[in-house]
Amino acid sequence: MTRTLSCILLSFFIFAATGTTVFADVASDIDKLSAKSTNVKIAAIERLVASGEPVVVAVLTAFLEGNLYARKADGKIIIGKTISGRFTVSDPLAGDDLGAVKKAALDKIRINNRLRTIVRGALGGLTLLSPDKSQRLTAARDVFKSQDIEVITLLEKAIAKETDDAVMVEFRRSLAAVQATNSEDVTVRLAAIKVLSEFTDQDVRALIASLIGREAPAETGAPENLVRTAAENALASIEARLKIWGYVASIFQGLSLGSVLLLAAMGLAITFGVMGVINMAHGEMVMLGAYTTYLVQDLFKTYLATYFDWSILIAIPAAFMVAGLFGVVIERCVIRFLYGRPLETLLATWGISLMLQQLVRSVFGPTNQEVSNPTWMSGTIEVTGGLDLTYNRIWIMVFAVLVFALVTILMKKTAFGLRMRAVTQNRAMASSMGIRTGWVDAMTFGLGSGIAGMAGVALSQIDNVSPNLGQAYIIDSFMVVVFGGVGNLWGTVVGALSLGIFNKFLEPVSGAVLAKILVLVAVILFIQKRPRGLFALKGRAVEG
Amino acid sequence: MADQQTELVAPGDTILYLDGVSVSFDGFKALNALSFYVAAGELRAIIGPNGAGKTTMMDVITGKTKPDEGMVLFKTHTDLTRLDETRIANLGIGRKFQKPTVFENHTVFENLELALAGDRRALTALLARLSGEDRDRISEVLEIISLTEMRQQAAGELSHGQKQWLEIGMLLMQDPELLLVDEPAAGMTDSETAQTAEMLKGIAKSHSVVVVEHDMDFVRSLESRVTVLHEGAVLAEGSLENVQNNERVIEVYLGR
Amino acid sequence: MIANTTGPVTALVMGSRGARITMALLLGAAILVPALNLLLPETSVFHVPNYLVSLMGKYLCFALLALSVDLIWGYCGILSLGHGAFFSLGGYAMGMYLMRQIGDRGVYGNPELPDFMVFLNWQELPWYWYGFDNFAFAMVMVLVVPGLLAFVFGWFAFRSRVTGVYLSIISQAMTFALLLAFFRNDMGFGGNNGLTDFKEILGFDLTSNAVRAALFASSALAVAFGYLLCRFIVTSKYGRVLVAVRDSESRTRFLGYRVEHYKLLAFTVSAVLAGIAGALYVPQVGIINPSEFSPANSIEIVIWVAVGGRGYLHGAILGAIVVNYAKTYFTGALPEVWLFMLGGLFIATTLFLPKGIVGLMEKMKKKPPAKPAAEHGLTQGAGD
Repeated sequence: MTRTLSCILLSFFIFAATGTTVFADVASDIDKLSAKSTNVKIAAIERLVASGEPVVVAVLTAFLEGNLYARKADGKIIIGKTISGRFTVSDPLAGDDLGAVKKAALDKIRINNRLRTIVRGALGGLTLLSPDKSQRLTAARDVFKSQDIEVITLLEKAIAKETDDAVMVEFRRSLAAVQATNSEDVTVRLAAIKVLSEFTDQDVRALIASLIGREAPAETGAPENLVRTAAENALASIEARLKIWGYVASIFQGLSLGSVLLLAAMGLAITFGVMGVINMAHGEMVMLGAYTTYLVQDLFKTYLATYFDWSILIAIPAAFMVAGLFGVVIERCVIRFLYGRPLETLLATWGISLMLQQLVRSVFGPTNQEVSNPTWMSGTIEVTGGLDLTYNRIWIMVFAVLVFALVTILMKKTAFGLRMRAVTQNRAMASSMGIRTGWVDAMTFGLGSGIAGMAGVALSQIDNVSPNLGQAYIIDSFMVVVFGGVGNLWGTVVGALSLGIFNKFLEPVSGAVLAKILVLVAVILFIQKRPRGLFALKGRAVEG
Repeated sequence: MADQQTELVAPGDTILYLDGVSVSFDGFKALNALSFYVAAGELRAIIGPNGAGKTTMMDVITGKTKPDEGMVLFKTHTDLTRLDETRIANLGIGRKFQKPTVFENHTVFENLELALAGDRRALTALLARLSGEDRDRISEVLEIISLTEMRQQAAGELSHGQKQWLEIGMLLMQDPELLLVDEPAAGMTDSETAQTAEMLKGIAKSHSVVVVEHDMDFVRSLESRVTVLHEGAVLAEGSLENVQNNERVIEVYLGR
Repeated sequence: MIANTTGPVTALVMGSRGARITMALLLGAAILVPALNLLLPETSVFHVPNYLVSLMGKYLCFALLALSVDLIWGYCGILSLGHGAFFSLGGYAMGMYLMRQIGDRGVYGNPELPDFMVFLNWQELPWYWYGFDNFAFAMVMVLVVPGLLAFVFGWFAFRSRVTGVYLSIISQAMTFALLLAFFRNDMGFGGNNGLTDFKEILGFDLTSNAVRAALFASSALAVAFGYLLCRFIVTSKYGRVLVAVRDSESRTRFLGYRVEHYKLLAFTVSAVLAGIAGALYVPQVGIINPSEFSPANSIEIVIWVAVGGRGYLHGAILGAIVVNYAKTYFTGALPEVWLFMLGGLFIATTLFLPKGIVGLMEKMKKKPPAKPAAEHGLTQGAGD
């Protein structure tokens, strides 16, 4: 069965390669390339091009590059090339190698400037029919640039044959560009402009703009005026669409920044929001998480290079453990002596953050460490012409949602979460009910720190891993928690996302630095209105 | 509610008039359309079980908590719910907290000095000096609260009962028209309690006083009109005997 | 108690031993250090070398800055993590004056514009640089700019009762925002590089020994002035209200004090003092750049105060000098170790030395023989 099939396929190939009926003309035209008269050559080239056969491309390319020879013995046209120091010739039609030949046995087919121009133009059109997809795409783009009216027939032929969607789009774009600029028929031009208006890229906009510039704004209702109006409308509609996509892009970037902030702030929402401990070393917990990722990746590179893509899945729990362990140690050694003295806690934890930074600097050096994206996290998806989403950002959003869900479940549904809330609400009561409050404190703080460590894994994918990594996020994270309201995880989510989006919408207007300043000022002003944040707790327990 | 409303057409010499005050914390109604009035010069005791809303009522009167609904009128024309703590205090309403709240790092003398009625502005305080009269007044109050010998001690070093007295002394220095006193006898010995009751009765001669208290003996010794709060509203009002014989009061207290 | 018989200033100084020693040391330094630097030959054992004059002048600026933080933190419980901003603004105001003094002696030789503006192709001086050619105007700005920022910031914050760590965090955010802003070139303050290459102050060469000594003496006098001002504030009734606010803000309100006004006044005065410190600092170090706004700087000020002893005033001065001397020494000798030490200092001070060096000295002086009495006090304190 397979054998029969492959036989059929094989014969099909042979037929395709040497198909006698069509090739008879092509072969004779190729032979005419060695004619003395330039006019004869030109006629031959035009016929070759009109045939649209793929082999023509190879022949014309060889002709252009001076690799086309006539065999002295029989006048057969062959393509010669020097491959690894050996001059070999091949048959232009069959493509089979004819072996090594002395150059002396061949006549080089001459080309002059007039021919060169013609061949070049012809080649541009011809590659439209190339079996290679990428070549067709390049050709289409070339046509778009040259807007050569001569190619139109070829382009139409190519469109009729085309099966690939992406190439088809590119063909239509080029055809429309040629028609819109060069067609004699106004209705064709109008239709072409309509087609162009579906695209958004810079080139199309420039083309339409130049169209507008070219068409004089006629005072009476002349047909030229129609084209101009259509072009103007097309440009306006493109820009309107771009604007919407711009908003969508801003929202995406805002959500992306917001999810990074959420990851960084979620641990803080637990240590600061739930426990009331102000941990200035929180950023360093994030930094430790990022360095853990670096170490895990390093180990994978050395011992398990084949599984490198999955190193990040090990890094996440590892970072949680490392940062969490540091958190527990810090809580047991320092913070527990400072409960109820928030300002002192702030100072002591700032000291811890300085020491951790210096520790990392001493061990790993002050420079950035290389952390790479696994392949499944790199690259982008292009949603439309104006909107690219990078995979690592998308994964970080997914990760933030997952971590948030886990933390919520942990807080609301587990025995540990219950104890944690009991201790934070009424320590004495919880203690008298047999809850080991010290242990709960340590674990809660460890949890908050561990989440910060996981945030570090995410940050290592988009930011530089350096000893100062944490410092960059600490103020933002505090802003999120303060803005969202203390003691409320949903407030943290809303705070993080709205600050992220607010930031990204301001950036194009004001520039990145000013946007950041404006966000800070806005939060400062906001706290004036609602000192306890967006989702504040109310009640007598909240002391003013 | 309606019959209370008609009963509560406040007479002209009313110093405090709460009208339909409601406060809720996350769904829990701490005060539920609370209405009552205190006449000028009256000594009033307010009792009620835990969670009846006594402290919240104090918070509302002194401006710490803003009610969701209702009005609090001071001397029939000033709505306290629109003012903040400072304004209310300067109108002449003094408050003693449930937990004695004195300035622990200041001396007893300085605590009284801070409470002394007078200009409260920041810039004048920079140059303020105590006049002879002021010193006399402070000495006088020190006598009343039996802390003359402790005048130069830090307030933080006082015993619990002494702190309570110091706070009452601060109220006296403030010389407000209306005093709100939250559990003045809490944590006191019997003799201290008796002394405190005498103190309050003395103060009530020249001021209007509202006392919130748990201790029935103490309330009895005040010999005043009593208002019973329950679930954020007035349950009963009258003399202590009347109130103690009220069936609903008995039910609430004994039913618990 | 203040002795009422003598004049007010004498009372402030003579009222406490700490104050007497502090004032004596400051005034002594103001006279002696310049004298020993200028009058004695370099070969003399008592000669104070030039670098030391500058270094100590710098420490004194930090001391004034620490004093300003102690006024609000020690006496009013406001932990500002943004005081570096007021210091820097005062410094920038002075820096702008010094920039204008350069005139056409800059690299580009432009008589109208500072070098960095020429570099940025600016054609004319921005409006907010007007007037800074004038020393008196610049000095007024040294006071007004930090004071105004503190007033506006404080007005918003205190009115809405933003307190405790919330206030700390937003004050940190404030200085962070200013840091970002001053890094921008188009702000017109020299961007990254800040203001530098100063030549003269009031027509005198900044690099000359006499000017250096004069700046030192001014710094010592400024600290003395700041110290007296703070003493005056904290020993007044106003100061007692401040402490009352620190210890129990809501109770102070119920006594009828408008707490936000008290805080605002202290905060503004404190910011002005910080501004003066910055203005004296800039000519002595020769540069002011945005990194002075960094949150880490501001929080370091707090640790000076904590190490010296919060709420004593002279503790802040002591702490600033001790910590900065240690910083100078260790960043030179063992740079790797310094951040560990500084970090350790934060932790150790809060855990083991809550009242700082001065507090420890007072405790040792007062308590050792009377241990039972101390315990008695403790049990009474714990009884409530």
